[in-house]
Amino acid sequence: MKTIWFTVLAIACGVGAASAVSDAIAQRRALMKSDGIAAKKLYDMAKGAAPFNLKVAQESLNTMAEAAEKTPLLFPDDSKSGGGTAALPAIWENKADFDARFAKFRKDVATAINATKDEITFKTVAPTVFENCGGCHELYKAKSG
Amino acid sequence: MYRPAWFAAVSIALAMSLAWAISAPRARFTPGQWERLGLTGDAVAGRLVFFEGGCDSCHMKPGQTDPMQLGGGLELKTPFGSFYPPNISSDPSDGIGLWRSVDLANALLAGVSPKAQHYYPALPYPSYRHMDLQDVADLMAFLRTAPAIKGRAPAHSLALPFSIRRGIGFWKLLFLDDHTVASRRNQNPQWRRGEYLVDGPGHCGECHTPRNWMGAMKVQNYLEGVHSGDRKDDVPSLVSGDFATWSREDIVTALTGGFTPVGDVLGGEMTSVVRNLARLPQADREAIAIYLKSSHRRQDHIAAP
Repeated sequence: MKTIWFTVLAIACGVGAASAVSDAIAQRRALMKSDGIAAKKLYDMAKGAAPFNLKVAQESLNTMAEAAEKTPLLFPDDSKSGGGTAALPAIWENKADFDARFAKFRKDVATAINATKDEITFKTVAPTVFENCGGCHELYKAKSG
Repeated sequence: MYRPAWFAAVSIALAMSLAWAISAPRARFTPGQWERLGLTGDAVAGRLVFFEGGCDSCHMKPGQTDPMQLGGGLELKTPFGSFYPPNISSDPSDGIGLWRSVDLANALLAGVSPKAQHYYPALPYPSYRHMDLQDVADLMAFLRTAPAIKGRAPAHSLALPFSIRRGIGFWKLLFLDDHTVASRRNQNPQWRRGEYLVDGPGHCGECHTPRNWMGAMKVQNYLEGVHSGDRKDDVPSLVSGDFATWSREDIVTALTGGFTPVGDVLGGEMTSVVRNLARLPQADREAIAIYLKSSHRRQDHIAAP
């Protein structure tokens, strides 16, 4: 009887650990997805393809701030592959740089949130937010969309 | 008198010399032929050709951010082994400082070095061979303005039989037939410009086309992407899939700043492609979009008799 319980417990732990890994991948993918949707809205407003809307700008920047806060915590050592991840091994080889880039991203988004009062202030500060995207994707994300 | 051993030896010798002869590197131009074209290179125009071709994406020294630091040495991992693009800085001994325009023309258009050796098609001459000769002359003029950098890239590290350079001669016979040369007929100048950039210097197909077991582009699947099953190795189709939903405007936006219609940012190798294409005139990115969204692309007109 003891053995059975032990087995059940062991399996439960194993499943728990496995799902924690795929959870990390699923969660960070969901966060980056919402980050992308927010970025698209901001990008369209910044280049004049969509009319400026202060509420949308603030909401989108807050979405980005949330992604910038949570995403870097979702790269445990055992989440290097699977789950359709496009994360490159370079993340774990250069963890300090990876985290530093996220720290800069957080700082720039926070600055943008504080600075955005109207269309002019938004358009001034928006490029400093976007310039963070490419650097990380070049080094740490596989090219496919 | 019939002597089998003697006959076999002669046959083998004949076959070997025939193989040697047909695999010979053939330059496109002799220096005299090139001279008679009377082309003068313009470094300012050549700067744009440089970014159309994205020379720096492979030849920039790893760890550099200045595209003019062309010391080479980046490792390109392939199923055949590792290629290390050479130093193409203006250094006379380690780089290409002593090259004439005809040398660059033969390298890019025929995959043949000044020492009459084959280049591996890791140098994308299957695409570059569509380049205009004036563009090649301009590019040479521009490359001469790059600073000289000492040091050579490591030698390529390839498995047998790919390490036998002469074998490329057979590869060229098999895969560089004239059927893949674009026709450029019956279309407006913008479309032709787009076709030129995509199929020629831009060499988009080199990554966006699946390859056969010998590493040649499957021309019938031109630009259809690579679908390996592992998302990290996949290359998106430029014909169907998500790309089919992209507008011309979406393509121009993506090639200018990297932003895709879903708010993603092009990453990996595409980052340097975008960085280079962003330096071209807006009209060139529009021409690429017009060509990519048209239904008269290369795979259509190569099928025509």
